[in-house]
Amino acid sequence: MNAVFQGIGASVRRTEDLRFISGNGNYTDDINRPGQTYTIFKRSDRPHAKITGIDSTAASAMPGVVAIFTAADFAGVGGLPCGWQIHNKDGSPMAEPKHPILADGKVRHVGDPVVMVIAETKQQARDAAEALVIGYEDLPSYSASRDALAAGAAAVHDDAPGNLCYDWHIGDKDATDAAFAKAARVVKLDLLNSRLIANPMEPRSAIGDYDRSGDMHTLYTTSQNPHVIRLLMGAFVLGIPEHKLRVVAPDVGGGFGTKIFHYAEEAAVTWAAAKINRPVKWTSDRSEAFISDAHGRDHDSHAEMALDADNNFLGMRVSTMANLGAYLSTFGPAVPTYLYATLLAGVYKTPAIYCEVKAVFTNTVPVDAYRGAGRPEASFLVERLVDAICHDTGADPVALRRQNFIPRDAFPYQTPVAVQYDSGDYFATLETALKNADYAGFPARKAAAAAKGKLRGIGLSTYLEACGIAPSKLVGQLGARAGLYEVANVRVNPTGSVTVFTGTHSHGQGHETTFAQLVVDQLGVAHNQVQIVHGDTDRIPFGMGTYGSRSLAVGGSAMVKAMDKIILKGRKIAAHLLEASVEDIEFKDGKFSVAGTDRAKTFGEIALTAYVPHNYPIETLEPGLDETAFYDPANFTFPGGCHICEVEIDPDTGVTSVVQFVAVDDVGRVINPMIVEGQIQGGVAQGIGQALLEHAVYDAQGQLLSGSFMDYTMPRADNLSNISVGTENTLCTHNPLGAKGCGEVGAIGSPPAVINAVVNALSAYGVRHMNMPASADKVWNIINGGLRAAAE
Amino acid sequence: MYNFEYQKPGALADAVKALGAADAKALAGGMTLIPVLKQRLNQPSVVVDLAKLGLSGITVTGDSVTIGAMTTHATVAASADIKRAIPALAALAGGIGDIQVRARGTIGGSLANNDPAACYPAAALALGATITTNKRAIKADVYFTGMFTTALAADEVITSVSFPIPAKAAYVKFKQPASRYAMVGVFAAKGPAGVRMAVTGSGQGGVFRFTAAEAALASNWSAAALNGISVSADNMMSDIHGSAVYRAHLVGVIAKRAVTAAG
Repeated sequence: MNAVFQGIGASVRRTEDLRFISGNGNYTDDINRPGQTYTIFKRSDRPHAKITGIDSTAASAMPGVVAIFTAADFAGVGGLPCGWQIHNKDGSPMAEPKHPILADGKVRHVGDPVVMVIAETKQQARDAAEALVIGYEDLPSYSASRDALAAGAAAVHDDAPGNLCYDWHIGDKDATDAAFAKAARVVKLDLLNSRLIANPMEPRSAIGDYDRSGDMHTLYTTSQNPHVIRLLMGAFVLGIPEHKLRVVAPDVGGGFGTKIFHYAEEAAVTWAAAKINRPVKWTSDRSEAFISDAHGRDHDSHAEMALDADNNFLGMRVSTMANLGAYLSTFGPAVPTYLYATLLAGVYKTPAIYCEVKAVFTNTVPVDAYRGAGRPEASFLVERLVDAICHDTGADPVALRRQNFIPRDAFPYQTPVAVQYDSGDYFATLETALKNADYAGFPARKAAAAAKGKLRGIGLSTYLEACGIAPSKLVGQLGARAGLYEVANVRVNPTGSVTVFTGTHSHGQGHETTFAQLVVDQLGVAHNQVQIVHGDTDRIPFGMGTYGSRSLAVGGSAMVKAMDKIILKGRKIAAHLLEASVEDIEFKDGKFSVAGTDRAKTFGEIALTAYVPHNYPIETLEPGLDETAFYDPANFTFPGGCHICEVEIDPDTGVTSVVQFVAVDDVGRVINPMIVEGQIQGGVAQGIGQALLEHAVYDAQGQLLSGSFMDYTMPRADNLSNISVGTENTLCTHNPLGAKGCGEVGAIGSPPAVINAVVNALSAYGVRHMNMPASADKVWNIINGGLRAAAE
Repeated sequence: MYNFEYQKPGALADAVKALGAADAKALAGGMTLIPVLKQRLNQPSVVVDLAKLGLSGITVTGDSVTIGAMTTHATVAASADIKRAIPALAALAGGIGDIQVRARGTIGGSLANNDPAACYPAAALALGATITTNKRAIKADVYFTGMFTTALAADEVITSVSFPIPAKAAYVKFKQPASRYAMVGVFAAKGPAGVRMAVTGSGQGGVFRFTAAEAALASNWSAAALNGISVSADNMMSDIHGSAVYRAHLVGVIAKRAVTAAG
C-alpha cells in the first residue's frame, strides 16, 4: 500500500513545478531547428487605412534577408476560419468577412500584420522591416461598438453592412414583455464590461518546419489545443491533410483563453517554411502581444428587471452591444451569445428572460474568449442589477438574493435561456460565505474604518457559470463547427506503469499531477508510476484541448471511461489465470481477485501477462492493455457560489484596497484541493484586476493607450488581500467524476463582488453604479463630486 | 536594438572624450537606456559605459552626505551612514523600481536622465543638493531645466552628488498603478537652507518646488499648515491614470503626508 494517500482528494504537490521553477521547461521559444530563420511581422500603426502600395525594394536588399511576403503571396491560401456561426434574428447567418493571413488592400486595426519579413537573424528581419515603405490612405476609425454602429459610419468590412456581424436574440420576448406589463416596478441599469488583455507570462511563439523528403509539415506553437489548430489550419487555411501536418504545443506559460485561437502567425510560419524550405521562427515581444493577442470582454449593455410588489423577479430584458474587434477570431461570435446570454438567469428563478445582442466590427484587436468568456459579462450584469434593485427599493442584498434563488428541490432546473442546471445549492454557498466573511460583523468593521477616516464597503455576488463544454449535439445546434468531446488513451506498460495520452492541454493548471491522481484512484498504481502526455498531435489522439474549465469534467471523464475498459480487460485476463469466471473477478486496491477468496493477481501481473501472453486466452482476447475512450458530455456543468468582498477606500486619494475576500464555490468533485484553491485564487486575482486595475484603453485616434505594462495595470500581490477559498460542493449528476470545473469561477464571481463593495462604500455619495475599473482617479472624482455622473 | 560602438573607459578624461562624439550616450546603470535601446527608440553611435571610472561610494561628514554618481539605489538604501544622516534619502532609494532596478540603477543616471516621474530629482531639489561634474558644481535649483532635460552639457559627466543634512525630511510617493513610478512624489525637508518641498511625477516640466507650501511650513511645520494650499492644475500632466485636476489634488494630500512623516 502507498504510505501517502495520493488519490482523489489528496493535495498532491504539483510534480510539473520542478521543471518550471528550475528553468527546465521546454517552451516554444526554447525550440530551435537546424537552419532556422526568423520572421518579423510588419504591423499596421494605423487603425483603419487603405494600403496604397508596399515597396520592399530596399528591404529586400538588406543583409540577411531571405524572403519578404505580402498578402499577394498568400493569394492561394484561405482566411483564418471562424469556429462558430451565429444566426441573426431573421435566421440568416452572421456576416463573416474574410480574415486574411496578411492585411489585403486595407488595414483594420493597429497591429494588423501587413508584411512578413524573413531573415537569417531576428535583428536582420527587424532592420529590413523598418526599411519597408508602406503607403496608407487613412479611413475613419471606430474603437467603440456604439460609434461603429452609428448611422453613416465607414465600413470596417465591405461585406458587413453597418459594421454589424449579427443581430441575435434568445428567450421569449412576448412572455418577457408580459412580465414587464404586470410589473409593480422596473429597475434599469446601463453598464459597460471593460476590455481586457490576458497577458500570459509567456508571449506567443510559433515555428514552422518542413521536411521536404517526407512532405511533412510541423508547427510548434503556444496553443491550448494543438489538434484544433491542426484541423483549422490544415483543412481551412493551408490545405494540408492531417497526416502530413504535426502540431506541437510543448510547455505553455499560461493561456487564459488567448492561446485557444488559430492565429495568422501560425499559418504564416507553416506556409513560409515549406515555401523557403527552411524552418521559420516567430516570437512575439511584449509590445506586439498587446496589439496582436485576442482581447477579452468589451460589452456595452442595458438591463432591466421587472419586479412584483414584493420584489420577486418577474422578467429580465437585456440589450448588449458586443465589440468583436476588426476580424472574427476563432470563437469570437460564440462568446457574447451562447457563453453569455444563456447565463443571464444566474442563480435566480426569473421566469422570463429576453436578450438581444448586436455584435460589432470595430478598428480594434479582435475580441475572443478570456478566462470566463461571456460568463463574467453575464455575472457582472446580473449581480450589479440585483444590487441596483436593492439601491432603488431599499431591499437587503442578502435577503433579496435568497428570496429569488432557485430552490434546492428545483433541480434539474430549466432556465428561460436554453440551459438546464443539473445540480446546485445556492443557499449553502451563500450561508457558508456569510459565515466565513463574518458578514454580521461588518457594521463594526465599517465603524472602525470610519474612525481611521476610511470608507469601508461590503459586496457580494452569488454567481453561476456554465462550463465543461459540452454536448456536441447541442453545441452543433447552436452553431459550433466542431464537436466538443474529449479523449484519453490509457496505455498500461508491460511492467504496470501507466502512460496517459490526453487530448486536453496543461498550460499551468497542473494536469500532470491531478490526472495522475485519477489513475492512482482507479487503477491503484502509485502516483510516480503515471505519466500524463499532452500537446503533440503525433502522440495524442484527436482531442479538443483545454478551455472553458473542461479538462477534468470532460477530459477526466474520458480517462475514467478508458480505465473502465482497462479494468474490464484485466478482469478477463485474471479470470483466465485464476480459472474463474469473469463475473466473479473483482478489482480493488490494485488487485484482481476471485470474490470471496484470497486468490488474486496484482495489477502488474495482469499487465505483464497482457504483453507476454504465454498463458493467455488468445483465441478470445487480444494481447495488450491499451485502451482509448472518447467522452461526449450529456450537458454543461454548472459551478457557482458566493463571493464576498470588503474594500476600504481612502477618500483623500480615491485608492480602493481589497481588505477581505471570501470565496465559497461549488465546483463539484475536488481531485486536488490545493490545486483547486490555487485556481480559484488565481481567478479571483484576475477578477480583482478587472474590477480595480486593468483596462485596455483606445484613444479617439484608434491607438491603444494601455499598450505596455507601463500603462496596463496588471494586478500584483500587494493589490490583493488574502483570498479565503471554501467549497460547498454538489456533484455534477451526469459525468462519472461528479466534477464541475474550477478554472474560471474566480474570474466570474469576483468582479461584481468587488464593484458591489466599492458602490456600497460610496453609498453616502449617492453612487448607484460604477463601471470597471474602479480606479483611484475615478473614485476620487466621485467623492469630489465633480464627475459623479460620468462614472455611471 | 541597433548596432552601436561600446566603450568602457577606465579614466574620466577618456569617457568625456568619447562622449564628445556625435550621438554618443553615457551608460550608467542602464535602467532607462537599455529598454530604450531594446525598443529601438534611440540610435547612439557609441555607448560609453561609466562603470570603470571609480565613481561609486558614500561619504558622510557632519553636515553632508556625498554619493558617487555610480552608486546604486540598493547601496544607498542599505547604507547605515545614510540611514543615520538622512533616513528619508535611504528610504527613497529603497522604494525605487524593484530589486533588480535597485541593483543596477544609479543616482547619477537618475539625475542625468531627469525622468519627470523619477524619485531622486525630488530629493536633490528639496535638500538643495549640489551636483558635481567633471567640469563644475551645479546647484539643484539650476540643474533641473525641464522634462528629461538638465543643465548638463553633452560631454559633461556627473561624478557625485552632495546633500546637506536636514533636521527633518521625508519622501512620500503615490505610485502610478501600472508602472509604479511616482504619479506624485513629494520630498519635504527642513534643513540648513530652510524649508524646501519638491514634487516629482506630476509636473509637465518635471520636478518643481511647491513654494506656497514652503512658505506656509516655514512658519508652522505641520500638515495642518497646508490646509487650503494647492498647486494649479494648469501645469500638471494628465493621462489615463489621472487628470491634471486629480494630480493637483494629490500633490496637496501627499505633501501633508510627507510633512507628517518627517515628524
